[in-house]
Amino acid sequence: MGDWREDQELVVMEGRIKVPYRWFAGEVGTRYFESLRDERKFLGTKCGACGKVYHIPRRNCPDCFAECSEWVELGSAGTLETYTVVRRQHPQLAPLPLPYGYGVIRLDGADTGFLHLLYEFEEGGLATGMRVEAVFADEREGRILDVRYFRPTKGVS
Amino acid sequence: MEPVAIVGVGMTEMRRERKADGYADLVYEATRKALDDAGMEIAEVDNVITVSNDFFDGRTISSMAVQDACGSFDKNVSTVEGDGTFGAAYGLMRILSGSFGTTLVCVHHKGSESQMPLITNAMFDPLYERFLGIEAVSSSALQARAYMEKYGITEEQCALVSVKNHRNAFANPVAQLPLELTVEQVLASPYIADPIKLLDCCPVSDGASAVILASEERAKKLAAKPVWVKGVAYCSDAYHLGDRDLSDVRALEEAARKAYAMAGIGDPAREVDLVELYDAFTYMELMWLEGLGFCARGEGGKLTASGDTAPGGRLPVNVSGGCLSGNPVLVAGLNRVIECVLQVRGDAGERQVDGVRTAVAHGINGPCGQSHCVWVLGGEK
Repeated sequence: MGDWREDQELVVMEGRIKVPYRWFAGEVGTRYFESLRDERKFLGTKCGACGKVYHIPRRNCPDCFAECSEWVELGSAGTLETYTVVRRQHPQLAPLPLPYGYGVIRLDGADTGFLHLLYEFEEGGLATGMRVEAVFADEREGRILDVRYFRPTKGVS
Repeated sequence: MEPVAIVGVGMTEMRRERKADGYADLVYEATRKALDDAGMEIAEVDNVITVSNDFFDGRTISSMAVQDACGSFDKNVSTVEGDGTFGAAYGLMRILSGSFGTTLVCVHHKGSESQMPLITNAMFDPLYERFLGIEAVSSSALQARAYMEKYGITEEQCALVSVKNHRNAFANPVAQLPLELTVEQVLASPYIADPIKLLDCCPVSDGASAVILASEERAKKLAAKPVWVKGVAYCSDAYHLGDRDLSDVRALEEAARKAYAMAGIGDPAREVDLVELYDAFTYMELMWLEGLGFCARGEGGKLTASGDTAPGGRLPVNVSGGCLSGNPVLVAGLNRVIECVLQVRGDAGERQVDGVRTAVAHGINGPCGQSHCVWVLGGEK
């Protein structure tokens, strides 16, 4: 399309999309988040057919496609199934000062893992299979960050 | 399956920031190249599939915004949000429906226009996961560790993939990131989210690509050398990372099993001549090689260290340079298919591998390879 563009700055329009959303937690999610907020307790749901306990909770079992008919109270500690220590992160995303971790954590009493943050650990101090415990926020609003993060259980490796 | 051929392919150069081209410009370039490659004009295209992602494009129904650039006025257009391999599979089905003789599939992506971590963060559940800040690199790091610890895969073995694929990119004119690296340099690159280091990661890229599929009857009328679709299948695993064994590749194994069955392949390690797979991170090449049945579980590192997957090896993998050397998301999967087409035709130029009769292309969708699409392509019907 010609030589006009030599020495020209190509036009780049800066923008930002701001669209409010309201994500409905539904009955299942509401009960879960209320329990975190009011009682500092994790709840899972149990499949009425195969008995598998899901955390995070859900209405139906993806394996046997039956209803998860029962609520189960889970421990606030669990086992680290895998983890990473984040060294670089987009400043808009990092919820904790770097370095912090992510882990897939299987809470005591659950048959599935769930994703959460890891913090209060020494460099090199995380390991697959180690015990971790939840640290709750003092001010809780009924959302996943009512749990600030998980940390290695004191005195247990 | 009725015979269907890929009769035309087009790729733009993949670059970090193609400021002189909006994404419609890239789509036009890729579409024009695919038409020229097929020896076709746009009027001979019966229907069009456009593939895009609204969050990346910063507009809704983004797949409808490129219709002038892909020449689809007055045509039946449908759209796919997902990797290009899935878009092409849909294109294939539209021909198999009997309603269309030719399908154009075009895919575009401009990673430079947004901020990759913010976009990939948005693929996670807003109630339970998104506000933890997880995105593509850190979630993949969880998978990398699960896989590497389970099978004793080393960071050195992963580094070999980075060295090989970045070197392969020198022979591919559309590749973005040809690099001459040593294993030591890869290992010395900084951790982003351990065990993933900077040189284990694909770059951010701009690019577009297009393919034209044709029924047997229509393919016969074209001068282009057809490459036949021998088998295609896809399969998905669970969405939430904690529901999955992240070291597991069951969805890929299932997709591969079905695609090989369609293609009449009993022993992929012996019957496949070349592989292009979705190596967004180095560990993925090892895992996907296992899931595709080219070695036993846990043997991907050894297979790579043996040199078998290098361009002169028994089973060359990602001779194009792979996603590590250019990763316009969505486009990257279709580029795996296109490289296989070029290799089967013998049109891959400097990087041509001798005697490629059967090639396998692979794409993924969702966090940590939630879903896999496997293509088997060959020179014979």
